[in-house]
Amino acid sequence: MKLTKLLASTAVGAAIALGSVAAHAAGDLTVVSWGGAYTKSQVEAYHKPYIAKTGANIKSEDYNGGIAEIKAQVEAGNVTWDIVDVELSDAIRACDEGLLETIDHSSLPAGDDGTPATDDFLAGTLYDCAVANIVWSTIFAYDKTKIENGPKTMADFFDLGKFPGKRGLRKGAKVNLEFALIADGVAAADVYKVMETPEGIDRAFAKLDTIKKDVVWWEAGAQPPQMLADGEVAMTTAYNGRVFNAVAGEGKPFEIVWDGQVWDLDLWVIPKGAKNKDTALDFLKFSTETKQLAAQASYISYGPARKSSAPLVGKFHNKDIDMGPQMPTSPANLANAVQNNFEFWADNADQLNERFNAWLAK
Amino acid sequence: MTDVAMSAPTNHAPLIAADGVPLKLKLARTTRRMKWRAFLLTVPLVLFLLIAFVMPIGEMLYRSMHNPTGSNVMPQFSVAIQDWDGEGLPSEEIFKIFVEDMTAAKKNREVGKTIGNLATRVNYEIPGSRSLFTRTARKTKNIKEGPYKEALLALDQKWENPVLWRTLQRVSKDYTLAFYLAATDRKYAENGDIVSADPLYQIYLPILFKTIWMSALITLFCFIIAYPVSYLLSTLPLRTSNLLMILVLLPFWTSLLVRTSAWIAMLQTQGVINNIMVYLGVITDESRIQMIYNLTGTIIAMVHILLPFMILPLYSVMKTIPPTYMRAARSMGASGTYSFIKVYFPQTIPGIAAGTLLVFILAIGYYITPALVGGSDGLLISNLIADHIKKTLNWSLGAALGTILLVVVLVFYWIYNKLVGVDNLKFG
Repeated sequence: MKLTKLLASTAVGAAIALGSVAAHAAGDLTVVSWGGAYTKSQVEAYHKPYIAKTGANIKSEDYNGGIAEIKAQVEAGNVTWDIVDVELSDAIRACDEGLLETIDHSSLPAGDDGTPATDDFLAGTLYDCAVANIVWSTIFAYDKTKIENGPKTMADFFDLGKFPGKRGLRKGAKVNLEFALIADGVAAADVYKVMETPEGIDRAFAKLDTIKKDVVWWEAGAQPPQMLADGEVAMTTAYNGRVFNAVAGEGKPFEIVWDGQVWDLDLWVIPKGAKNKDTALDFLKFSTETKQLAAQASYISYGPARKSSAPLVGKFHNKDIDMGPQMPTSPANLANAVQNNFEFWADNADQLNERFNAWLAK
Repeated sequence: MTDVAMSAPTNHAPLIAADGVPLKLKLARTTRRMKWRAFLLTVPLVLFLLIAFVMPIGEMLYRSMHNPTGSNVMPQFSVAIQDWDGEGLPSEEIFKIFVEDMTAAKKNREVGKTIGNLATRVNYEIPGSRSLFTRTARKTKNIKEGPYKEALLALDQKWENPVLWRTLQRVSKDYTLAFYLAATDRKYAENGDIVSADPLYQIYLPILFKTIWMSALITLFCFIIAYPVSYLLSTLPLRTSNLLMILVLLPFWTSLLVRTSAWIAMLQTQGVINNIMVYLGVITDESRIQMIYNLTGTIIAMVHILLPFMILPLYSVMKTIPPTYMRAARSMGASGTYSFIKVYFPQTIPGIAAGTLLVFILAIGYYITPALVGGSDGLLISNLIADHIKKTLNWSLGAALGTILLVVVLVFYWIYNKLVGVDNLKFG
């Protein structure tokens, strides 16, 4: 008798708990991004104003990039991520493979100055399934208290004679091959032309060979600033925003070298069959409005994807640092810069990563 | 003789139970019921094994050979192209079906049936061809009438390459060996023959051999360290040996991740060991030793983590060996070494066998530790498998590599069984 009662009450309790979880889940918007300083900038600039405006609940999740989770969720028919911040080549590939909802560009809000969205967004930032929010960049950085008369060019990064010490590089072929060719004297504009040829790839690997024994490989964006701070490496490639935030936020003595930077986009995508698709789309429109994009730039040094946001970009949120010159898109920083060619990498990433792994293991 | 034996019982009236049923039948029923009950008790385990073990492995085997992308994306073309003899270019009729299928597939947004899926699949075979498909698919809807061959070539000259069409013919078949070829650093040549991949791109076989070799090395190190420790544990008085046993078990109960991270803190260039050596003046501050994020780090961390799997079986076997045997050998004039080799060691073989088998099989499929401390040259085959499942999304190749790993383990188990005999194993 007692047992039956206990069972019954447990069952009722469980039902209530499940019910409330389900009701809760329907209202929660799950926003997935890259964590650390970057997610923080989005929480400040997008999430908080959106919650204030609509009263919606936002659950923020971190991931390390790639489309494996999206693919797994869509194929299993249980999509728990509502909106995801992805790299351009991943957005294109996921869209091609039918993993994402398409987004109607004409439904995006016009800029603050009245320019229609399709003109307001920078060229090449709107795609069938994706809307860009920021321009980010891979650069290299060093600790200026440890190296006097620091490196100025990409060639210096590969010059172990002039600047001895360990180097940090992201583990993978992408960006490293571009850097190697620029260091080897290829003009930024010609990098992908050279990489289209087998000789160009050989040349890039040959250049990487010259520093291979001194490289420490990193994978997550938070690692390189840490490696610099620990003195594990003398200089390292990194995402520009992470280095900037270590400097502005934590007072680290790091210096960014913009020569040969490879810039790329981050975009919002909505996985196909997302549970809160409509809210996700609403959030996407809201967060890519002129004001929100400009606000994000005061928390991290990534450039807004709208032209109308640029004049609104001011200072770092709690320090007297002008954000303009810190952006990858600032004219001085673009002097010798490469835009990541997503089509080249969509075509060749598998093959080149195989070669890269074989090269690493040797 | 047999006839007599068979017919003998019929000469007697059968024994009847109280309710009128023949006793023999009743007995059979009861045993059957008992067997069923026993079986029902094992149902949870059987179901668990089926769902968590047999089905995933079956799925893996299936996925490594079965990739229906071609026929999913282009249902008509994938049938039509099979009639082509592979000479020159396919016929106008096949071109027409190709263009129609491509236009239809471009509109399809269903997962697994888009042009992007086919483009990715062909790109595995012909690197760099991906954008040709996505680019062409954007324009085929403008081809309203024949000749289709000319119209397609006008969109992109690359369609004139017969290798592309031969690859498409191969990709259109649902069952393929292509992923096993890729997993063994081989590929189809332009004429369809199987050849070795370019040495610059060969990765899977070298890493597989390295994995086997490293697992053997780790097993050896574990054995060298564990044997004396187990001997000590089994010979010390119970009170002391229990205390020492806790020292073995405590790390064993600690999370794998914690133990691996602890080794990072110990071994890194700014870590504890390097700092102590610099402090003592053994090495200078500039010449700190790289002991982690390479092969050395992986071996050190894995030996430590797998050590209990060697110590426990050895200990349990050594515990059962009566000390009187050794004393008897000594009393008959054998030297210490001789009696150890002739009397003690042979009796510990079941424990050695169990320990080495456990450690070797665990090591060959190890993933987390090499991923964290392996750096560039300490990677094992399981890290490549994870890479294909999680990053490149080439699940078929990941499945083929997984299957090869499974076969390798089974082969080693078979050899092992021939050498030692599984009945001789003693796990404790």
